[in-house]
Amino acid sequence: MTDAVDTELTRPQPEATAPTKHVPGEPGIWILIFGDMVVFTVLFAVYLNRRGHNEALFAQSQARLNQTLGATNTLVLLCSSMLIVLAALAFRSDQWRHLTPRFTVAGAAIGSCFVVVKVIEYHEKVVAGLTPSTNEFFMYYFVLTGLHLAHVVIGLIVLTVLSRLARKPAPTRTHIAFFEGGACFWHMVDLLWLIIFPLFFLVH
Amino acid sequence: MKTLVLTKASLAWLVLVALTVTQWVIGTHSGLGGPHNVSASLVIFAVAVFKARLVGLYFMELREAPIALRGLFEIYCIALLVVLYTMYLLG
Repeated sequence: MTDAVDTELTRPQPEATAPTKHVPGEPGIWILIFGDMVVFTVLFAVYLNRRGHNEALFAQSQARLNQTLGATNTLVLLCSSMLIVLAALAFRSDQWRHLTPRFTVAGAAIGSCFVVVKVIEYHEKVVAGLTPSTNEFFMYYFVLTGLHLAHVVIGLIVLTVLSRLARKPAPTRTHIAFFEGGACFWHMVDLLWLIIFPLFFLVH
Repeated sequence: MKTLVLTKASLAWLVLVALTVTQWVIGTHSGLGGPHNVSASLVIFAVAVFKARLVGLYFMELREAPIALRGLFEIYCIALLVVLYTMYLLG
């Protein structure tokens, strides 16, 4: 990779979004992202299958979930994702690059609220005597949301790394690709929650 | 600053927030999201997959990705909805 290529890529662009077709991030990140999404889809299918075998128990257990906390976390992730979108756009623009660290840190800070809300939610359940061993519904609830929570934590670590990368005054093509890849991972975390929330909290 | 904030991604975000609130109202309103309300549940699933697609296209920027990558994502969204519907109705 030459400096000339890097200079070309970091030149101010007339629009915030790139007009040409390009793979966001390093191509390898998409194997991880699609792999994760497929694994979660299989888990959704297994959950719905088990639900079909014991609808009454699942409905009864679902009624004990706190929908307000679930919806709050959806909005938390959407706000965080939007800030990371702005961070990625700013990182590619000479004019707005100086805002990238602020957008990234703000995105991570709001994203970390997801963990806080989830801890409150888990605490609420455990205090009420609802644990993974209570019944099949709560086993799936804790396993699936716990697996997603692990992705949130990994995503927050990625955002922390990106916030350091965001301070580069003249990022190379590799830096931009790494930033885009990390951002896409965070958006995948958001995307998965957009399915998990209605699956566990809303669908009857 | 306008060029940074006034984008299709921002519009997508507004739609996502609006749909989340709507979904929540449908899901919690006893008349619409009560037990055995299959049609409300199917709408909730469809809205959820539509939201996931918006995140992919506008946040992950797959709208501007090569056709192979975008196509793979579109196929995933369709497969996801088919799996959710099938397992919900037949599971």
